Amino acid sequence: MTQITREDVQYLAQLSKLQLEDQEIDSLASDITNILRYVEMLGELKTEGIEPSYQVTGLENGGRDDIADATFDLSKLLSCAPDTADNQVKVPKVL
Amino acid sequence: MSSVSDTLNRIMSGNSSARAEIEEALNRARSAEFKNVFISLSEDRALTRADEIDNKIKNGESVGRLAGVPFATKDNFLTFGGQTTAAATILSNFEAPVQATAIEKLEAEGAICIGKTNLDAFAHGGSTENSAYGPTKNAFNDVKVAGGSSGGSAVAVALDIVPFALGSDTGGSIRQPASFNGVVGVKPTYGMVSRYGVVAMASSTDCIGCFTSNVADAEEVMDILAGKDARDMTTLPNYFVPTSVEPGQRIGLIKEFMDKDVDESVRVNVMKYADKLKVAGHTIEEVSLPILKYALAMYYIIVPAEISSNLARYDGIRYGKRADGVKTLGELYNKSRGEGFMAENKRRIMIGSYVLSSGYFDAYYLKAQKARTLLIEAFNELFERYDVLLGPVVPTTAFNIGENTADPIKMYLADIMTVPASLAGLPAISVPGGVTEEGMPIGIQLIGQQQSDGKLLSLAKSIEGSHE
Repeated sequence: MTQITREDVQYLAQLSKLQLEDQEIDSLASDITNILRYVEMLGELKTEGIEPSYQVTGLENGGRDDIADATFDLSKLLSCAPDTADNQVKVPKVL
Repeated sequence: MSSVSDTLNRIMSGNSSARAEIEEALNRARSAEFKNVFISLSEDRALTRADEIDNKIKNGESVGRLAGVPFATKDNFLTFGGQTTAAATILSNFEAPVQATAIEKLEAEGAICIGKTNLDAFAHGGSTENSAYGPTKNAFNDVKVAGGSSGGSAVAVALDIVPFALGSDTGGSIRQPASFNGVVGVKPTYGMVSRYGVVAMASSTDCIGCFTSNVADAEEVMDILAGKDARDMTTLPNYFVPTSVEPGQRIGLIKEFMDKDVDESVRVNVMKYADKLKVAGHTIEEVSLPILKYALAMYYIIVPAEISSNLARYDGIRYGKRADGVKTLGELYNKSRGEGFMAENKRRIMIGSYVLSSGYFDAYYLKAQKARTLLIEAFNELFERYDVLLGPVVPTTAFNIGENTADPIKMYLADIMTVPASLAGLPAISVPGGVTEEGMPIGIQLIGQQQSDGKLLSLAKSIEGSHE
């Protein structure tokens, strides 16, 4: 049976870019374990040779006409950002 | 409850004005503050728009189909005139630079948004308890949940604050709160309504729909919302036409939704509804869909996978809240997201990361998408013999606030009857179907094949009110 450990939670948090408080880790481990055990009932279904359904309406290759259109106002977009400088979004050092 | 058409008639006949209707709606919203329905009210913008519409009416200019009619929208629709928070801390300071297509379409017809309603943060939940702004209370009982995730919008209509409200439905988030609060809730066919400008949850099942007090109003609102949008490539060409249904519809009563685990009062009221359909000249037969018991398991793999991808954009960089006191970019991501998401958001993101990670992808994600094909095929087979499927929306009436918060699986089970239509992209509506002895509302669910939205609504309209 699937068992998610504290280490698994910490690894998933790293993949998901989530800083967790220590007390969150135990409850996430038990919740995720229980949810995965529940969804594992799908193992009872025979799916050999069945195509997956990633979408449901069969639409293909949507596109718009290739006509230039106004998109966003730069100052409005920048006003959403927490920190800006010289018309650009500012972030802390990368490394 | 005040209908869309009554409100419109009062304004157009000169018995009222857009300003008077908006002021009254805002007052009703304020006097219902204890129910925690709204996250914010957009009073200034609403009143300015009302005056513009009143001037147009006075000058004999053309106004739209919903001129001056107030509405509310779930706070995951991008709107002008205030913030769009998705009920999450990470967006608590976000002012949208664009409006959702659904909002633009309603505004073009003269409808006026008075405010943003509460939801489970990022629409993750079935009770409106996972909100950074606290839970919304049920319209009928303050100790009961509103349902969710579009709980605020359902209660806003049930309390008669506004004649209609917008919501989003990924796995039942319109139908379930409609059922818990005794109003009409519509989830259209996947792709009927543009999702542009609505905070994305799970892109393969997200749908936009409405809450109203009666079915005719829902037809009118959905007719305005429907249609292709160059900004949402999943939208279908507009096929929606309000229609009237002929007698002799073949209706399948879903056996798996009527077993002993379902509250007796719910089953009794579904049977009463079935009897009304019979009296109206339709046939009712019990049908079986054994694969339905697996739908929730498919849903809680596929949807978290899509959530983990869609919520990657909330990084504290371009918009939203950025954590303080970080030195590097990596810390900025981790801390902003750790502080800005609710527990249920984190749970779903991490399950999504798990089922998509190498080593687990085939066993979980691919397996669920294959099982989804089996579910779709089972529905298609039934629709060769039946026009509409019938059942409850939820196995119970509204549960108590706090009752299910400690157990995510118990909370997820409230979605068990609504996720199947979502996974197959089918239209499904919730209509009021009586109340329990304690006075709590029960919802009836009608499910149709893709693009049969018009038929579902006309069928519900044809026997509306004859049920009580």
